[in-house]
Amino acid sequence: MGITLDEVRHVAKLARLEMGEADLVALQSELNALLGHFQDINSIDVTGLPGKPHAVPLQNIWADDEPLVGLPRESALQNAPAAKAGLFLVPTIIED
Amino acid sequence: MSALSQLSATEIGAKLRARELSVKEVAESFATAEDRVGAFITRSKELDEQCLRAQSLIDEGVGGPLTGVPVAVKDNISTRGLLTTCASKILANYIPPYNATVMDKLEAQGLVSLGKTNLDEFAMGASTETSAYHVTRNPWDFERSPGGSSGGSAAAVSGGLSPLALGSDTGGSIRQPAALCGIVGFKPTYGRVSRFGLVAFASSLDQIGPFGKSVEDCANLAAVISGHDKHDATSLPRDPISTINLKSGSLKGRRIALPVELFDDSAEPGVLAAVTSAIDALKREGVEIVQVSIPEIKVGVTTYYIIAPAEASSNLARFDGVRFGPRLEGDGHVNVVAETRGRLFGSEVRSRIVVGTYVLSAGYYDAYYLRAQQVRGKMTAGFEDVLKDCDAILSPTSPVVAFKIGSLKDDPLALKLLDYCTIPANMGGFPAISLPCGLSEGLPVGLQLLSGIDHDEDLLQLAFLVEQSLGIKLTPPQ
Repeated sequence: MGITLDEVRHVAKLARLEMGEADLVALQSELNALLGHFQDINSIDVTGLPGKPHAVPLQNIWADDEPLVGLPRESALQNAPAAKAGLFLVPTIIED
Repeated sequence: MSALSQLSATEIGAKLRARELSVKEVAESFATAEDRVGAFITRSKELDEQCLRAQSLIDEGVGGPLTGVPVAVKDNISTRGLLTTCASKILANYIPPYNATVMDKLEAQGLVSLGKTNLDEFAMGASTETSAYHVTRNPWDFERSPGGSSGGSAAAVSGGLSPLALGSDTGGSIRQPAALCGIVGFKPTYGRVSRFGLVAFASSLDQIGPFGKSVEDCANLAAVISGHDKHDATSLPRDPISTINLKSGSLKGRRIALPVELFDDSAEPGVLAAVTSAIDALKREGVEIVQVSIPEIKVGVTTYYIIAPAEASSNLARFDGVRFGPRLEGDGHVNVVAETRGRLFGSEVRSRIVVGTYVLSAGYYDAYYLRAQQVRGKMTAGFEDVLKDCDAILSPTSPVVAFKIGSLKDDPLALKLLDYCTIPANMGGFPAISLPCGLSEGLPVGLQLLSGIDHDEDLLQLAFLVEQSLGIKLTPPQ
């Protein structure tokens, strides 16, 4: 079962990636090759095994409760594509 | 290549401390060497200031083995005040306001940063061809790839443009280019080197590590950059990597395992021949070779290409054209973000984000992501079992020698399938190192040694012994 062009378009939208039709078609073929290959993972019996999301188990890492100096405002804003009055200017989120 | 570029970093460091060379003279010699392989994206500013600081450390007698030695830095490591692009157009103008912890550590020890090296965009690739800026060439043959993703760093060291370099390794991105360029590359245990300031690709797999011409150079640089860092919650509470016992011990009586899955006919015959000849040399030194089987290795590539894109799809969500990077025009927030990301990420990055989003989506999560995590656990346990009574696991680093630039570009899956020797170390967090073991068709072959978690010092010592025993030092043809 392959991934359809509509599914590729939908996932690209979820991932906030605007792509032209030719790019989507190329991606569909690449994904189908990859997903086909992924089926080999079913050859391994994993019944009852827990997942391993981390390479090295470290738990409950807390930072000391001490005040630290953060980035100066002008440094934090130095890479902003748009800034005004010491704030990030973001694209319109809520329409009038 | 200049006479200086023939020396190891450790030799340069010793000559600096003996006042046979000055920091400035060394730095200028490397900084002015012509970059014919396209290793660098950006050159450091403030070279003079860095040299003055390093020279004063040496003059005060407080320098270490590498004080004053130049180093090249992969362009996904944040450098305060210096462009950090990740070889992507989405960070074309990004100047970090802070340093990665490893940069602070280099600075404290007086290493001189020469600049930022080319990589596959966001470290996603194994050929350095997905860089949005330029192609990097292999110093052994300019028609061939240096490997990747840290191809610029490997080419810089191999090509005599820097005695040392830093890279990052998520599925082999230090070890594979080291192998293809005929140098040494080391991925420390996950957590031994801070990831703070490394632009995240797959957080549970990423690790910064050194490139050098010798195991000793890599060990000395690993000692500089390692140690616990409170800025990285996954940093292990350990001392920096020690080099005290690097040159002690012997090969006699060591047990080294060979997984049959890494010696099948997927590798080029010339690569297998070079690695087999190295194994024979180790046997003559009294090393006991043990054949083992870890069946999960066969699905390691699949496991990786599910987990790494899943983590990447989350990590790369921050590139939205709001807080940094260029912002493209669009109607409303969603369209601005989608236009910016869609147009400024390259095709390999977009593909991995889509794969990651897909395998994490409702209905597919259990079949792909959860199952991959389960296989990851089982494969890691398989490696741990073998390492209970073996000092290390040996294999080729890459099943192929350096390939022609462009030859695998139209078949992204073929290139991904070549990662099977290096991926397990990232899955389990194990330290692993690649060192040259010979030539095939006139091109370098790398041998990989992998040890247990936290056994970085033991692994480096073993690699040093293997390097001495093989006596192979490769220099690209002029």
